Amino acid sequence: MEMAYLIETVIKIVVVLLIFSALAGIGTYFERKVLAFMQRRLGPVNVGPFGLLQVAADGIKLFTKEDIVPTNVVGAVFKIAPVITAATAFMAAAAIPFLPSFTLFGYEVHPIVADINIGILYILGIMGVGLYGPLLGGMASANKFSLISAARGAAVFISYEVITGLSILAPIMMVGSLSLIDFNEYQAGGFSDWIVWSQPVAFILFWIAAFAETGRTPFHLIANDHEIIDGFGTEYSGMRWGLFFIGEYANMFFISFVISLIFLGGYGDGSLLGALGLLGKVAFFFFFFLWTRAAWPDVRPDQLMWLCWKVLMPIAVLNILITAIVMM
Amino acid sequence: MFEAIAFYLFAFLTIAMFYIAVTTSQALYALSSLAAGMIFISAFFFILGADFLGAIQIVVYSGAVMALYAFGMMFFDTTRDVKEKQGNKAIIIGLSVISAALVVLIVAAPIVGNNIEALYPITEGAGNTQEVGMVLFTKYLVPFEVAAVMLLVAMIAGIVLAGKKMDLSLTLMNEAEIMLMKEEDKKVLS
Repeated sequence: MEMAYLIETVIKIVVVLLIFSALAGIGTYFERKVLAFMQRRLGPVNVGPFGLLQVAADGIKLFTKEDIVPTNVVGAVFKIAPVITAATAFMAAAAIPFLPSFTLFGYEVHPIVADINIGILYILGIMGVGLYGPLLGGMASANKFSLISAARGAAVFISYEVITGLSILAPIMMVGSLSLIDFNEYQAGGFSDWIVWSQPVAFILFWIAAFAETGRTPFHLIANDHEIIDGFGTEYSGMRWGLFFIGEYANMFFISFVISLIFLGGYGDGSLLGALGLLGKVAFFFFFFLWTRAAWPDVRPDQLMWLCWKVLMPIAVLNILITAIVMM
Repeated sequence: MFEAIAFYLFAFLTIAMFYIAVTTSQALYALSSLAAGMIFISAFFFILGADFLGAIQIVVYSGAVMALYAFGMMFFDTTRDVKEKQGNKAIIIGLSVISAALVVLIVAAPIVGNNIEALYPITEGAGNTQEVGMVLFTKYLVPFEVAAVMLLVAMIAGIVLAGKKMDLSLTLMNEAEIMLMKEEDKKVLS
């Protein structure tokens, strides 16, 4: 029994790792194509049909590039920083139910690596740890731009963790559990049961904070091309730089899963339609990340802090108070 | 068996990380290994089935060590080694051995004497989070509320100390205004 459980878990981990590292690569292709479409360009067209093999070409380039470790950097920390970003992104995926449970060759499969009963807390905690990647990479780089980026990373992390935690507290109070499967079952009744209808404010706040947690435009301050070059990634080359990228894209996918599961009904009653619906919602949120990148400029760091502490946090606290009063 | 393997693995990793944190003279190594050690400790909570405390360990300490990084960034060049004053090695080693032995003795004595009893047996059907909540909001309600008030006091004090002249910006003022402000400050002080 224990052995079977172990083998099952290992297979699940490998499948999640393979699928999402491949998706991270394909995500870059989608990002280029969507941005190109919105900016009236063509995007990648030369490698393969519709430029689809561009992903493979990029992969070959990243893997075969010389791995440069500049002088004056703090070697060990500099080398391990990209690994932290990628590893924590995938660690967070352990508590996400990707699909409803289904039967494969007469064996019931639960597509979640570990169904711990504090899923959300664990996911948010590990995603928070993921910011050590940019922070350490920036501080170890012996480069002023990287250091500025690391300082911004720490500030954004400490501020927007507050928004994520507070905004998600109101739905947790309604459901009475921290497990994402319980969240899904709470909304299994269908479209009208979705938490987004009773908690629209929490939904918007969590969505805004998701942009900061994944470091996407308009909160892309930790690697802002026009002020601080590539921020924490300035000194990196080859696959080490690529690991930062994989981590960022995997995080985008996972946070899209989390938003869909918490606020938009997840996979519903567990039918095939529900499963496809979950994938559709995730695709929409991923597309929305790309859409905002094309449509919005980056905000300044002081505006980001102003937005966090003077606008979002009071709204989140008020939302919790009102939810508590209504629930009593 | 897997529990034993996991326990010894994480015990080794935790001790190794904290050993690096204490002995290295490179600020970044010390901080990174401290953060890693704190996160490895959460594994023990997960092994014991206390998922909630494990996740809290990760959330709280990753944030707390992050604040240490911020201080590190402000006070040193983190890519250089810190020059430390080396004291008498014999005294350092002797004191650490004695304190380690004392800690082991303090923790082990009640276990040997069989004096540890679980005052709050596990409630049937309640999860880990609910268990913590039940104890926190019944027996330990007063300490909990006192801690909350203390944090509030600290927060207000922090705002008062840091919030002086927050509406002024030196970059937007001209020289004369800055000099005028300095003169006024001197008057207040004298």
